Amino acid sequence: MQTSENLLWLIALPLFSSAILLLAGKRANSWGHIMGTIVSASTFTIGIIEFFAMQSRSEENRAVTQKIFTWISVGSFNVDASLLLDQLSICFVLLITGVGTLIHVYSIAYMSHDLDRRRFFAYLNLFIASMLLLVLGDSYLNLYVGWEGVGLASYLLIGFWNEKPAYATAAKKAFVANRVGDVGLSLAIMISFATFGDVSFSGMKDSVDQASSTQLTAIGLMLLLAACGKSAQFPLQSWLGDAMAGPTPVSALIHAATMVTAGVYLITRSNFVFDAAPIAQLMVLIVGGVTLLFGAIIGMAKDDIKKALAASTMSQIGYMILATGLGPIGYAFAIMHLLTHGFFKASMFLGAGSVMHGMKDEVNMRKYGGIGKFMPITFLTFGLGYLAIIGVPPFAGFYSKDKIIETALNEGGIKGLILGSATLLGAMITAFYMTRVVILTFFGNERWGHKDEPHESPALMLVPIGLLSVGSVASGYLLYKGDWLVHWLEPVVNPLKVHHKELLPPIVVSIMAVAVVLIGVSIAVLKYRGEQSDKAPERVSVFTRAARKDLFQDNFNEATFMRPGQSVVKNLLNIDYLLIDGLVRGVGSVSLNAGNKLRVIQNGYVRSYALLMVVGALALIATIWVVTA
Amino acid sequence: MAVANYLYLSAILFTIGAIGVVVRRNSIVVFMCIELMLNAANLAFVTFARINGNLEGQVVAFFTMVVAACEVVVGLAIIVTIYRSRRSASVDDASLLKR
Repeated sequence: MQTSENLLWLIALPLFSSAILLLAGKRANSWGHIMGTIVSASTFTIGIIEFFAMQSRSEENRAVTQKIFTWISVGSFNVDASLLLDQLSICFVLLITGVGTLIHVYSIAYMSHDLDRRRFFAYLNLFIASMLLLVLGDSYLNLYVGWEGVGLASYLLIGFWNEKPAYATAAKKAFVANRVGDVGLSLAIMISFATFGDVSFSGMKDSVDQASSTQLTAIGLMLLLAACGKSAQFPLQSWLGDAMAGPTPVSALIHAATMVTAGVYLITRSNFVFDAAPIAQLMVLIVGGVTLLFGAIIGMAKDDIKKALAASTMSQIGYMILATGLGPIGYAFAIMHLLTHGFFKASMFLGAGSVMHGMKDEVNMRKYGGIGKFMPITFLTFGLGYLAIIGVPPFAGFYSKDKIIETALNEGGIKGLILGSATLLGAMITAFYMTRVVILTFFGNERWGHKDEPHESPALMLVPIGLLSVGSVASGYLLYKGDWLVHWLEPVVNPLKVHHKELLPPIVVSIMAVAVVLIGVSIAVLKYRGEQSDKAPERVSVFTRAARKDLFQDNFNEATFMRPGQSVVKNLLNIDYLLIDGLVRGVGSVSLNAGNKLRVIQNGYVRSYALLMVVGALALIATIWVVTA
Repeated sequence: MAVANYLYLSAILFTIGAIGVVVRRNSIVVFMCIELMLNAANLAFVTFARINGNLEGQVVAFFTMVVAACEVVVGLAIIVTIYRSRRSASVDDASLLKR
C-alpha cells in the first residue's frame, strides 16, 4: 500500500488553527474567522488533490496510508496512530471539508453580530479536525479518538450560547445520549481485541473467518449501538431535536451533513463484521426502518422550522442505516444518499438560517408565511433543496433514495415487502412534511405579527447556500451516472462484487416512488393551502399530539432511565451519608467523647498532676516487680 | 551498720517528699519537698556506689546537684513572679493550665 505525507496536514491544520484561536483570546477577534475559513479551505484543497491523485491510480493502489507514530506497543498488541485514505474515506473528506468550508464562509456573516465569533470558529475548526480523524483513522482505536472529538465539538457548539439554561441543558442531553453510544463503541473495541487481538480495519478484515458468529454478532450489535448514539437513531434519537439550540450553521454542518452520519460511516467501514453477522445486520435494518418512520412522523407535527428539519435528518439517516443493513449492495447507496443528503440538508438548514436572519431569529413556522417574495434567493435555494429531499427527478435525492427503495424491495419475500413499504411510506411522509415546511414558510398569508418586512441575507450567506443547492441538484446524477459511486466504492464495501437481483424493473420502482411523493405533496397542499392561523391548532388528534411530543421518547427516557437513575443515585447518596460518612463521623465523635471524659482529670491543679505521676510511677514499679518476680 | 539502712532512709525521705508535694499547698514547701526527693535519690546513688565499689554513683550525685541548683533558680523565679501577680503562694491558685 502506498504512503502519503499529506494526510496528517488534513488533521493538523484545523487542529492548530483551533488551538491558536482558543489561546490567542481577544487578540484574534479581528482575524480569527478569516484564518478559520482559510484553514478549512486549505484542507478542502488537500482533499481535492488527494482525490485526483487517487483517481489517477489503478483500482488496487488507490488506498494510501501514513503512519504518524507508534501509539501502543505492548507485547503482541501494537497500535499505530496511522491514517488511511481509501475510496470510502475520500468521499467523507471531500464532504466534510467542502461543506465545512462553505459553512465557514456562511458563518462569517451569520455570526458577525456575535461577540464570541472567534470562539465559534475555533470550535468549528476543532470539529473539522476531529471529524477528519474519525474518517481517516485506520483502526477502531484511532476512529474512537475522532469519535470523541466530534462529540466534544458538538457539545461545545450546541451549548455555544450557554448563557441560556435551556441551551446548556440541550448540550448536556446530547452529550449524555452520545455517551451511551460511545460505551457501545468502546465495548466493540474491547470485544474485537479479545477476539482478534487487533483493532485495525485491515487486520480484522483478514481474520474475520476465525471469529465465531457469536463474537461477530456481539461486535456488530455494539457498533450498532454506537451508530445509534452518534447518528440519532432509535432508541437514542432524542437528543437531535434539542441539539437545534446551537447556531444554525452548526445544525447544518454537524447535525445534518457530517457528524450525525458518522454512524453510517462506522457501519459501512465495519461491513466485514456485519456481512458475517446476520443477526446484527437484521437489527441494523430494524433500527433504520423504525427511525426513518419515527423521524418522519415527528417531522409532520413540528412547528419549529429547525426541529422539523432535524426530524427529517433523523428520518433520512434512517434511510442510510437501512441501506447499510441491506448488505454489500446497500453500502454504496447508503453513502450516495449520505452525500446527496449532505448537500440538500445543509442547503436547507442554511436557508432556514437565512430566513431566521431576516425574521429576527423567529423559528416558529406558524409566524412565517409569504416570505418567498421578500427573500427570493433563499426561496429558490430552499426550493431546490426541497425538490431534492422529497425525491423529484432529476434532483439529487431522487437518485439516492430511489436506489435505496429499489434495493429494499429487491430483498424479496416478506422482508423485502416490509422494508419496501416502510421506505415508500417514509418517502410519502417526507414529501408531506417538507411541503408543509415550504408552504408555511414561503407561501400563504403573512403571520409574522410585526410591520418590519423580512430582508434578504447578505451575499456572504447566499453564495454558500447557492453552491450547496447546485450540489443538491447535480450531485445525485453525477454519483449515479454509470453507477460511478458503486464502482468507486466496490473494493472497500463489496469486494466480491455481489450484484442485486432485480425482482421489479427499476423503472417501476421509480414510478412508484414518484407516485407516493406526489400523493404526499398533494395531501400537504390540500391541507395547508389558504389562510393559516399563527397559532398551532389546539384540538388535534391523539397522533398529532404524540408526534408533537416526539412520540413520548423523552417521557419514556425520563420514566425508564432518568427517574430510576436518580433514585439509585439518591440511595447511593444515602448509603454514603449513613454508612461511609457515619463511620468517619463515628471515629470522630468517639475520640471527642473520650476526650471530654478524660478532660476532667486535667483540672489544672499541679498537686493532682503530681499525684498522678506518683501513682503512675508506683504502678510502673509494681508492674516491673510482678513481672520479674 | 548495714549499708541497706541508707537505702531505707533514702526511701523514707523520698516518700516524705512525695507526700509533701501532693498534700501541701504552699509552693515554697512543695519546692522544698522536691529538693528532699532529689536528695533522697542522691543518697541512693551514693549508697549504690558504695555497695558496688565504684565511683559512677558519686558522679551522678554531682550531676543531680547541678541540675537541682539550676532547678532552684528557675523554680524560685517562677514562684516569685506568680506571687507578685497573684499575691498568693498557694499552688492551687495557679490552676490556669486546664484552659
